[in-house]
Amino acid sequence: MKKLWLFLPFTLLSGCADNWGWYVVNPTTTSGYNNLWFLLSGLYYTVLLSFTAILISIVVGLLVALPGLSDNKFLRGFNRVYVEFVRAIPILVLILWVYYGLPQLASISIGVFWAGVIALALSDSAFEAEIFRAGIQSIDKGQYEASHSISLSYSDTMRFVILPQAIRRILPALGNQLVYMLKMSSLVSVIGMQELTRKANELVVTEYRPLEVYTILVLEYLVLILIVSAMVRWLERRMNADQRS
Amino acid sequence: MRLSVLKPQGKSGIFMSAEESQPTIRISQVSKYFGDFQALKNVSLDVKQGERVVICGPSGSGKSTLIRCINQLEKHEQGDISVDGIALDGSRSALNAIRQRVGMVFQQFNLFPHLSVLDNLTLGPMRARSMSRLDAEKLAMQYLERVRIPEQTDKFPRQLSGGQQQRVAIARSLCMEPKIMLFDEPTSALDPEMINEVLDVMAELASSGMTMIVVTHEMGFARRVADSMVFMDHGEIVESAPPEKFFENPDSERCQDFLEKILQH
Ligand SMILES: Nc1ncnc2c1ncn2[C@@H]1O[C@H](COP(=O)(O)OP(=O)(O)O)[C@@H](O)[C@H]1O
Ligand SMILES: [Mg+2]
Repeated sequence: MKKLWLFLPFTLLSGCADNWGWYVVNPTTTSGYNNLWFLLSGLYYTVLLSFTAILISIVVGLLVALPGLSDNKFLRGFNRVYVEFVRAIPILVLILWVYYGLPQLASISIGVFWAGVIALALSDSAFEAEIFRAGIQSIDKGQYEASHSISLSYSDTMRFVILPQAIRRILPALGNQLVYMLKMSSLVSVIGMQELTRKANELVVTEYRPLEVYTILVLEYLVLILIVSAMVRWLERRMNADQRS
Repeated sequence: MRLSVLKPQGKSGIFMSAEESQPTIRISQVSKYFGDFQALKNVSLDVKQGERVVICGPSGSGKSTLIRCINQLEKHEQGDISVDGIALDGSRSALNAIRQRVGMVFQQFNLFPHLSVLDNLTLGPMRARSMSRLDAEKLAMQYLERVRIPEQTDKFPRQLSGGQQQRVAIARSLCMEPKIMLFDEPTSALDPEMINEVLDVMAELASSGMTMIVVTHEMGFARRVADSMVFMDHGEIVESAPPEKFFENPDSERCQDFLEKILQH
């Protein structure tokens, strides 16, 4: 029953046939079919970009979170400065800076894809760092004491005792960040990344049907994010299975 | 330097009469502060090889703090502590060497909730003693049998009763094959009907010759097992005596009052 609601927009929209030009994406015509494929083909880079960026940002986020939990004032200071600084930069500005600015600064050339990945990962890493810090801090200090008492090293304590528990707790938050990342990846279209939004923009320029094309774009993100959310929830259930008695 | 004095550790560390003159644990003039509050005031305590010491005293008197200083879960500011001839000198290597020799059992068990019983036991041997999984599992089974729960290996801590969890925690410590075991109120978080199963395991351990320091208010257990009793109050050791004298006629009034209170019921 629930799934029927997904078709509601179509039925409503096709009702006003006069103003709508659904032919641009009508799969029964050759050009409509090609247009539809053109739009869908952006999915590849949207997904690749977002998943690469989230993986990197999780690693960087963790590496930034750990000094934030240290007894050392300077390490904690590093964490604070990193988080506050990175969090203050709008993602779009960071994308522009990395793509146009960084090559000049470091005299290297960065492709669109990696510029996008770096900007998204960097921006997200500040949030990941905060999520990890809160997650790790939520673990009972008895867990550290038990680890110390069986003489585990700091890295083993983190790897085998603290992080596995912390990650289970922060999984919903990490899932949110992934969804956020999928949406923010649309910004990378401004530097010419051939992802969903860019493809839609290009089609609008040639077909002059913004309403239809952008509606398809909305639906593409909607479906993608529903699928990813379902995956995250599945993972959550799986990882927490042994936590319940 | 002092590391070289050590002789190789026996399989289970029991019956090493040669060392009896030299205390295994030597705590001298230790003070510990939490901010301005002094939790330990010049505390000294020697524990011999194979000796069972029971510490009691009112809540907040510094019992936990004292035994937690031994494996440095709390860092003391003044005084010296040495274990098995190794002095805590602030170095990582001395701390590691001491933690390898000292097991600890906590009031709240502190099992790893995301790991099965077996994995709780094998983690230490595999990571801190570089044992293979196979050897570690054999060792784990051996100690699970000793604490009388060999059939729960695949369960997770939450699926066990409090008494079973605490026995798993004892087995987890024993898997490190320590020479000394510290117990911090191991039965205080348990329902009354589970206290004895844990105390029995501890008594069995004591009879095998393990050096033990036990913080507890279970005076029946103390009478049965202790070689010496220690009473603490306000961060000091007020009374230290063999159990006969301790229970029959303690010197200090504070100790008498305390014993009257807890032996009343
Ligand atoms: N982490 C801490 N921070 C501040 N005060 C503490 C801390 N741990 C213990 N204390 C204080 O030190 C005193 C001794 O505590 P503790 O050793 O736990 O007592 P006991 O185990 O005998 O009940 C208590 O007054 C307690 O409030
Ligand atoms: Mg205590």
